[in-house]
Amino acid sequence: MTAAPVISAVGPVARAAAPGRRTARVRPYSLTGGRTRFGHVLLVETFVAASADPDEEPAPAPGGLAARVMPEVRAIVGLCRRLRSVAEVSALLKMPLGVVRVLLGDLADQGRIRVYGTGDATGRPDRALLERVQSGLRRL
Amino acid sequence: MDYAGSDTTTGPEADHQGPRSWQTDRSRAPAVTKIVIAGGFGVGKTTFVGSVSEITPLRTEAVMTEAGEAVDDFEAVPDKDTTTVAMDFGRITLESDLVLYLFGTPGQKRFWFMWDDLVRGAIGAVVLVDTRRLEDCFPALDYFESGGLPYIVAVNHFEGTARYEPEVVREALSLPAQVPVLVMDARKRITVVDTLLTLVGRALEITPGRL
Repeated sequence: MTAAPVISAVGPVARAAAPGRRTARVRPYSLTGGRTRFGHVLLVETFVAASADPDEEPAPAPGGLAARVMPEVRAIVGLCRRLRSVAEVSALLKMPLGVVRVLLGDLADQGRIRVYGTGDATGRPDRALLERVQSGLRRL
Repeated sequence: MDYAGSDTTTGPEADHQGPRSWQTDRSRAPAVTKIVIAGGFGVGKTTFVGSVSEITPLRTEAVMTEAGEAVDDFEAVPDKDTTTVAMDFGRITLESDLVLYLFGTPGQKRFWFMWDDLVRGAIGAVVLVDTRRLEDCFPALDYFESGGLPYIVAVNHFEGTARYEPEVVREALSLPAQVPVLVMDARKRITVVDTLLTLVGRALEITPGRL
């Protein structure tokens, strides 16, 4: 993989990690409009899940981003045995949203994570969806 | 505390009914959409979300790399040149194949960088207002007025405070006539659902029909 997404103590914004502190950082331009390099849209509510059974996961290519952040990647893939939203992955793993999106984007580009939804997540919900939400709320 | 509505302490993803059927079927995903709950600190955003969410509200954080201003509340924790912005969110499975997320987000102007991203694809926004601190909602109103996203104003009426009629609030906030204003109680599920329905109704009003 290319080295575009920079996380943790890598690159010009590197800082020493104090124990127990989250210091992972992401360059703001590594994702544009919630879209990964390969066009996956990762909004906060976008659903993701592991493509395969996480136990059958291959080892990551050495030197790639995934290899450098193995524990986080493993945690994400493990959590994604179930369908999760991007925000849920971030909250449940206590990882900042930006970091989760970069890692998910990378995993999606590698085919290890499936990103659900059309590519058209930039528009507003159409009437049909709004009407379904309305009916659903009325039943609560 | 912003959030005081939870009596569930059964883990980080406590769902009152256990896993939903859609969560365990990776072959397909439900349709998903979201509503943004914006407002000042302590206005009751997380209480609002918790009143209607099927999960105990979860907290996600975004990191802002340059804090331009002094930090005035604990939703934003300063860390030299970074600020962490916390968003609490909840989820409602409306149908087995339709899921709605509610995202509570702090209203200060310096968080707008996050909102552009957050509101993408949203049904709209509920601007939550405390009449004792009306000015706290100004940035959120400014944002949604200029952005074209459907929004409504919900006055979270706190017990023991003066109750204002919606029209008084509308006038005080110089809101356009077409923006719905309602008085509700973020702790009461039924008024939260009504608030969400009002927003969806507003969104339907300004969403073009099939031609």
